[in-house]
Amino acid sequence: MSIEGLRALVADFLAGHDPRTTDRLEFLRARYDAGLAWVAYPQGHGGRGLPQAMQPEVDRLFAEAGAPDNRPGTNGIGLGMAAPTILSYGTEEQKDRFLRPLWTGEEIWCQLFSEPGAGSDLANVSTRAVRDGDGWVVNGQKVWTSGAHNARYAILVARTDPDQPKHFGLTYFLCDMTDPGVDVRPLRQITGEAEFNEVFLTDVRIPDSQRLGAEGEGWKVANATLNNERVSIGRSAERESGMIGVVARTWREHPEKRTSELHDRLLRLWAEAEVFRMTGARLRQKLAQGQPGPEGSAMKLAFARIAQQLSGLELEILGEDGLRYESDRGWSMVRPETVDFTGRDAGYRYLRAKGNSIEGGTSEILRNVVAERVLGLPGEHRVDKTLPWKEIPR
Amino acid sequence: MSDLDLLPTEIEEDLRGSVRDLLGDRCDPAAVIAMYDGDRSLVAPLWKALAADLGLAGLLVAEEHGGHGATAREAAVVLEELGRHAAPVPFLTSAVIATSVLESDSVTPAGRELLAALASGERTAALVVPWSTGPGSPVVGRAGTVTSVAGALDADVLLVPVTTTSGLEIRAVAAERATVTPVVSLDMTRQLADVTVPVGEGEVVVADAEGAVRDALELGAALLASEQVGAARWCLDTTLAYVKVRRQFGRVVGGFQAIKHRLADLYTGVESATAAARYAAVAHAVADPDAPVSTAVAQAFCSDLAVLAAEEAVQLHGGIGMTWEHPAHVYLKRAKADQVALGTPGRHRARLATLVDLPGVGG
Repeated sequence: MSIEGLRALVADFLAGHDPRTTDRLEFLRARYDAGLAWVAYPQGHGGRGLPQAMQPEVDRLFAEAGAPDNRPGTNGIGLGMAAPTILSYGTEEQKDRFLRPLWTGEEIWCQLFSEPGAGSDLANVSTRAVRDGDGWVVNGQKVWTSGAHNARYAILVARTDPDQPKHFGLTYFLCDMTDPGVDVRPLRQITGEAEFNEVFLTDVRIPDSQRLGAEGEGWKVANATLNNERVSIGRSAERESGMIGVVARTWREHPEKRTSELHDRLLRLWAEAEVFRMTGARLRQKLAQGQPGPEGSAMKLAFARIAQQLSGLELEILGEDGLRYESDRGWSMVRPETVDFTGRDAGYRYLRAKGNSIEGGTSEILRNVVAERVLGLPGEHRVDKTLPWKEIPR
Repeated sequence: MSDLDLLPTEIEEDLRGSVRDLLGDRCDPAAVIAMYDGDRSLVAPLWKALAADLGLAGLLVAEEHGGHGATAREAAVVLEELGRHAAPVPFLTSAVIATSVLESDSVTPAGRELLAALASGERTAALVVPWSTGPGSPVVGRAGTVTSVAGALDADVLLVPVTTTSGLEIRAVAAERATVTPVVSLDMTRQLADVTVPVGEGEVVVADAEGAVRDALELGAALLASEQVGAARWCLDTTLAYVKVRRQFGRVVGGFQAIKHRLADLYTGVESATAAARYAAVAHAVADPDAPVSTAVAQAFCSDLAVLAAEEAVQLHGGIGMTWEHPAHVYLKRAKADQVALGTPGRHRARLATLVDLPGVGG
């Protein structure tokens, strides 16, 4: 389909569903059913099998018409990670049941992957799922679960066979967060607030119809999810978007705070941020030509470093003002609905940026990924790959 | 801005292949190292093959003046390969900077004739300014000696800026009419010379040349980034190959995380530098208004990155990286000299401050 054809479809749809008079949810459901939600998805699941590159145009047309959106910021895990995994590994019934309310935002998703003993070493998860009749019973503890307190469903990785080596005894599930065995507790972080949660799972029941992929195939399915996480990190951006935009604005607004040392550091980082933007543009052009690869890991390394240096610099530029923390809420424990790395005060930005080199793969793990998968250097010495999971020293 | 196509076309890749093949045959690393012992016999035949046989001397010259009418995109690809081989040829100084000076609107008929001679590879030129002069630095034509000029040793015609009462003009002076004194240079693969031209010598080839000189240095700086990327890539590739075979403690040293992580960071840097250099070339190819910013960014980034790549190559090769025999030092010297060439990274950042409205103290 041509982009003109797609524009005509959107126009037709808008003619039949006036955004000003149609109920928000009704509008979103109808948009999904018309295949105009995520156009790269298949027919019948909110899309039309079109190139992903056409999506921004569709979103632009809907936004211009004043149509409600699906508040993507509140369901990042669902849209960015759960949905593509369900699409790849789900049964027809699972896709029919879960994708539509996920896209409309009626059902928010979270991710139950990391555990206190399984961070970078994700395959080490010890949350157990044991077969019980036509379902499973799950016990364990998960951590760093953003949005768990708002989520209706979770993607979950649990150990189903401890006698297998660690990568082979895992299974992937879709977990109902309203199950009485699910206990969500806020995890307060260095910014003072609690963007994440700890999730305790006690005898949580999951029907076998909510297993995603085969039993023992959980690692493979989880990797599909994580690849989507890394891909979703690099998006096309304008000059001075993100942290550099914030710091450049601070610089321009405060001529009285300038020193030549800060000036030089700012210009270095401005150039680096610009080079990062070009690197992203070049990588996306490569991907569009069908030259995919693990190079996105290098992008995330650079992103984290630049964001941390910039946010640190901004605090120094502000000087005395940088010493005052979050005038409107202080250090009080709040639960933010969305996360904005570049929002709020300089102190918050500085502290939150510390997470950039930890979440979604630590910079150390990403360097291993680049070294091994891009540069072909030898893997780390591992004692835990072939041993049955239960025999790994811990 | 970022809509510009940052990937080489098939034609550009073909060009790269031809240059790489020729350099593989004719630019022996041992002969490059020998230049540090005073043996420059590699240069003339190699430049003739590249300039005349492959037609690179006229790559950027318009077809109506006997060139190929290619753009900065193609020149960037050539420079990546020249950088990769640390090739000691005057492509950047003659085929990019000198020809660019003569592409000016205020070129005289004599200048146009010279341009055609440069395009065919029949003659080779050099702009007589210190090699550290960046775009935006003032160029004053004065009597006496101009020090540290790049490309002068390989040139048979010198483009000399002369300040007159009505501004700056460029005079073409036959090399044999000037005194060209070789300088023992940090980078002997682009050996510098001190140039003295008798007052009143030569023929005016560009009148009102201030803009022409600035544009030529701007283009030179933008494309130098591609040469730096080529050198950095050689350093990365060569170091990678080495750490995959060098064994200590019973295993290849490339398996140690201390080394893997440094190389992962270097790879990230080289990929970033490639994008920056490519963007600078592409912006110049289409005369994008963002071209000056692209140059400043590329030079601010690629200059330092190429030095880092060469320093990492020396370090990660261990003892062998410190020897005369291994070519790593050739790249270190080239990268360090390139960092100063056509404006230091600090000068490019200062220029950036003006271009993108990030004024300094009191601004």
